Amino acid sequence: MDIGTLQAYAYFFFVAFLVVVLYSYIYHLYSSQWKGKRDYEKYGNIALNDEITDQPIEEISKNDDKKVGGINE
Amino acid sequence: MENRPLEYDYTVAKWFMLATVVLGIVGMLVGVILAWQMAFPGVNLMAGEGLAEYTNFSRLRPLHTDSVIFGFTLSGIWATWYYVGQRVLKVSMAESKFLMFLAKLHFAIYMVVVVAVVGSLLLGISTGKEYADFEWPIDIAVVVVWVIWGMSIFGLIGIRREKSLYISIWYYIATFLGIAMLYLFNNMEIPTYFASGGIGNWYHSVSMYSGTNDALVQWWYGHNAVAFGFTVPIVAMIYYFLPKESGQAVYSYKLSLLAFWGLMFVYLWAGGHHLIYSTVPDWMQTMGSVFSVVLILPSWGSAINMLLTMKGEWQQVAASPLIKFMILASTFYMFSTLEGPIQAIKSVNALAHFTDWIVGHVHDGVLGWVAFMIMAALFHMAPRVFKREIYSKSLMNTQFWIQTLGVVLYFTSMWIAGITQGMMWRAHDEFGNLAYSFIDTVAVLHPYFTIRAVGGTLYLVGMFLFAYNMYKTMTSSRRVEESELQNASPMGA
Repeated sequence: MDIGTLQAYAYFFFVAFLVVVLYSYIYHLYSSQWKGKRDYEKYGNIALNDEITDQPIEEISKNDDKKVGGINE
Repeated sequence: MENRPLEYDYTVAKWFMLATVVLGIVGMLVGVILAWQMAFPGVNLMAGEGLAEYTNFSRLRPLHTDSVIFGFTLSGIWATWYYVGQRVLKVSMAESKFLMFLAKLHFAIYMVVVVAVVGSLLLGISTGKEYADFEWPIDIAVVVVWVIWGMSIFGLIGIRREKSLYISIWYYIATFLGIAMLYLFNNMEIPTYFASGGIGNWYHSVSMYSGTNDALVQWWYGHNAVAFGFTVPIVAMIYYFLPKESGQAVYSYKLSLLAFWGLMFVYLWAGGHHLIYSTVPDWMQTMGSVFSVVLILPSWGSAINMLLTMKGEWQQVAASPLIKFMILASTFYMFSTLEGPIQAIKSVNALAHFTDWIVGHVHDGVLGWVAFMIMAALFHMAPRVFKREIYSKSLMNTQFWIQTLGVVLYFTSMWIAGITQGMMWRAHDEFGNLAYSFIDTVAVLHPYFTIRAVGGTLYLVGMFLFAYNMYKTMTSSRRVEESELQNASPMGA
């Protein structure tokens, strides 16, 4: 098999793999919501209740201090 | 010591707002001069023969592109970052002297870079790479500015009260990381003076890449500068400002996450569409085309999410010029992210490449989407940072319609010019001889170049109205109470 054919196969399987990842992510987002693990939609309120005196949508706790900077999704 | 309640500190946001307005006017004024030069070449000599070196098209063109990209847009991104960042993380800049110092340093060094860029470009000092024109000393200063911004982002995140990072923050982080990577790799250059042991000017450099590789890296950079400068941070803005101004939470937060990852992955592979029918490997060209078409999905994912955020609240579009700006921006985002993929299809590209249609595409994106969104963001911020209502709603409406007309004249004239140009370039007789010479196309395009210049001038007039409205808001508008600043921005008649 020449390098061009290998590239083509690699390209195809890579794209197929990423499609699976993408759909898995969609499934993960929606199933987490159905199962009540995480309500993603409440995060939309972060923009609306953004006064410094407003209660955070999810308060950062002492235990989270070490993880600060990570993206919670 | 007086015990004052904690407030957000907008000092640096205000400085960047001012920079946005000033650099926007400079960049667009130069753009308008260029447009008139294209229509009437005599304008190249507008300051006389003696100064022609500084006023000709080729000297001014990089000044236009760099001042609207790295001046107006970046200032707008930073103005909104120093506003939105604090609010969605629920932490004030005033809480950290270090972050405040960094932010001020960020602005100060950025201003030095602006002066160096304007000066060097006017003197004709340039690497010759499009949108990567700066010589190595300026590049180093740019990296310093960028690192300081990064420290500011992650520093603020580090002291936040809100545990989850709102979607806009994801986009700001992506802007930071994306541009850092792109800028570093594309600006790898060798200072010739030092490499050669003292030949030539100390500031001169050559790219570390050459030939096709240079082109590939350049357009990987060039296209993704559009991605991470003109798309990602502007999406960050609309995800915050449209919900906040309309009082409606984003329609689907899940869709915003999905569109984010889609955009991050797909955009990076689309740059090859700038090199279709060039010397880069064919599969790279095809990949550039395919990924450009796929890019419609995440782009529209965000844009549709924004339009659906207005569900049941469409009366606000008619009532508020600020919402109008954002909805038109979102619509132009959809429009230009459909137009781009069409141009990236190989057969269309054969016609469109190197023509004015590309220029039209860029400008419906930047004038309709980027600049409208940045101005809307500044309008929303103004009453909150200056504690005064927006000076004039009717002036905003006037600006909106003048600029919308300007954009429409701009892109329609460039569509016609571009397609005409493409068709004339490839027209031939039965023996394969070209039917037209280049100058034939120039003569035919003259009216469209004039229409474009009129469109650009209208947009610039709108910029002056914007600047005046912002100035009056800052200095003499009615003072407002905190209670008036919940959602819809207060505006004077």
